[in-house]
Amino acid sequence: MSQQNETGAGGLSTRGAEIVVALVLFAIGALVVFDSHRLGSSWGADGPEAGYFPFYVGLITCISSLVILGQTLARRGARSAVFVEWQALRQVLSVLVPAAVFVLAIQLIGLYVAAALYIAGFMRWLGNYSWLKSVVLGTLVSALAFVTFEVWFQVPLYKGAFNPLSFLGY
Amino acid sequence: MADIAALFNGFAVALTPFNLLLMLIGVSLGVIIGVLPGLGGANGIAILLPLTFTMPPTSAIIMLSCIYWGALFGGAITSILFNIPGEPWSVATTFDGYPMAQHGRAGEALTAAFTSSFVGALVAVIMITFLAPLVARFALQFGPPEFFAVYFLTFCSFVGMGKEPPFKILASMMLGFALAAVGIDTVTGQLRLIFGWHELMRGFDFLIAVIGLFGIGEILLSMEEGLSFSGRAAKINPKVVLETWARLPRYWATSLRSCLIGCWLGITPGGATPASFMSYGVAKRVSKNGARFGTGEIEGVIAPETAAHAAGTSALLPMLSLGIPGSPTAAVLLGGLLIWGLQPGPLLFVEQKDFVWGLIASMYLGNIAGLIIVLTCVPLFAAILRIPFSIIAPIIVVICAIGAYTVHNAMLDIWFMLLFGVAGYVFKKLGYPLAPLVLALVLGDRAEDAFRQSMLMSQGTLSVFYSNWLVGSIMALSVVMLVWPLLGFWRAHERKRAAAAV
Repeated sequence: MSQQNETGAGGLSTRGAEIVVALVLFAIGALVVFDSHRLGSSWGADGPEAGYFPFYVGLITCISSLVILGQTLARRGARSAVFVEWQALRQVLSVLVPAAVFVLAIQLIGLYVAAALYIAGFMRWLGNYSWLKSVVLGTLVSALAFVTFEVWFQVPLYKGAFNPLSFLGY
Repeated sequence: MADIAALFNGFAVALTPFNLLLMLIGVSLGVIIGVLPGLGGANGIAILLPLTFTMPPTSAIIMLSCIYWGALFGGAITSILFNIPGEPWSVATTFDGYPMAQHGRAGEALTAAFTSSFVGALVAVIMITFLAPLVARFALQFGPPEFFAVYFLTFCSFVGMGKEPPFKILASMMLGFALAAVGIDTVTGQLRLIFGWHELMRGFDFLIAVIGLFGIGEILLSMEEGLSFSGRAAKINPKVVLETWARLPRYWATSLRSCLIGCWLGITPGGATPASFMSYGVAKRVSKNGARFGTGEIEGVIAPETAAHAAGTSALLPMLSLGIPGSPTAAVLLGGLLIWGLQPGPLLFVEQKDFVWGLIASMYLGNIAGLIIVLTCVPLFAAILRIPFSIIAPIIVVICAIGAYTVHNAMLDIWFMLLFGVAGYVFKKLGYPLAPLVLALVLGDRAEDAFRQSMLMSQGTLSVFYSNWLVGSIMALSVVMLVWPLLGFWRAHERKRAAAAV
């Protein structure tokens, strides 16, 4: 999965996005074909080899993406529609970027602390709530998750590389 | 008759206080999930699945399927009161539901929506009760080629019946198959498509894909639209309910038609969303009030809601009897069965009688519970939507992250969830359908196994797929489905030529 954030890369016309997605799909398909070929995609001594089925899956992916690419390029004359407007893109990124930071934070400081910070930060900067309200609600949701999962259902969640909550004994 | 006895036995299984409690919890959770943007039937159940691992399977599936019924009901609330479809299948409900609410007839619209949902589900459950055991009994004779043929038919119907461009359907489906192939090959034990990255050995779990594609993707989409909730007041009192109920039998023909459309599209993998649109379209064409559709006509609420529920419910028929889910939500339930150690498919009806009939009985009870809950608690659920998006959005992202983590206790899965979220957003905007991807990811390994076993039987020639009338006719039907879009192209081309000639 070498998929990047296509919205930014291919410009903001639908045409650009279509082309980028088709190319990414083609790359994935080619990767599948390549690896299946390595594993053996034909008829072995004891039946079909491991790459037999994925080989054709990859092949069809490549063909479909090429057709989509061709269809997109052929529609040259048509007015290019807007995939996403700048304003809307900023809105989307204002959710996506904090979400990515949140996931990174989980990796480092664990889910509970990251969730509390994330909710509080989101409310403060995107919702313009007061610091007090944001922090209280963030902590509350996080504590609720802790009680539900860790204590009640006994499903341990990720504590992160630095586990700041280790003093709680979980 | 043996089936009827089995059904009553099922009621005995389902009617324990613990299961009834789970039903109520499930339906309430489901309605909340249906009301919230970004959480839907499929990913809501995917997130809650890990919490049911400790329960007995019958109780677990009763709760999960009740979440599904609740989500089906919940979609209507937001459509009618806020003009925001909480679920894709309730888009058609906004056409007439919201105008009715604007004219102060919200109570009437909600009652009509809930009641017709209930009718649709009931008809579908009755159909499941009688048809599923027959289908399962028939399918007991299936060997690997027949099973592969049925899988093939499922995937070809996506291409044949989908509204999206056929090659996009194909590409999205193949991406699902490719993701399913990642990890250890079940037959030879070789590692496939991991390129030396050993954490990938586990493969991609479709629950992660569902949570990312539908959960995170949906949040990104609703963010772009910049949601501003301005809802109508919801008041339902017994008088309105009874008055509406008195008027509903007049529309029996619309109901019946919508049930049929829903059941048909639910069994074939069309799903609830096209069913609701098709039913609305047909009702508009047939009804003598057709011209007034869109201005607050009660029939315009009955038609899509009945069909959506009938389709959503009957999607469980192929899941139970063949092990092939008809919708992403059914696929998640199927994933649950596998986790609890139950093998979905025709043998389920023989080996796990209590489980199957308990589930079918709970469909009757769960829908009754759902109807009562939504009719009594609408204002409560509508209040949830008045919570601003900047509070709801981060909480949903956190819930999705927790759900993704608990599937395998793997941090990497949370990253994949994010990646799937971006992919879901882009795919949805470009018209790549998500359902084929999810279904291919779920069924990939099983379809491949069936294919390889068939090939072993025939020593590598494809003739095994037309070796007897059964597998041959399923395969023929599949090929018709596959080339169906070509026919459409050809007809459009002919029409253009005819137009040019004139």
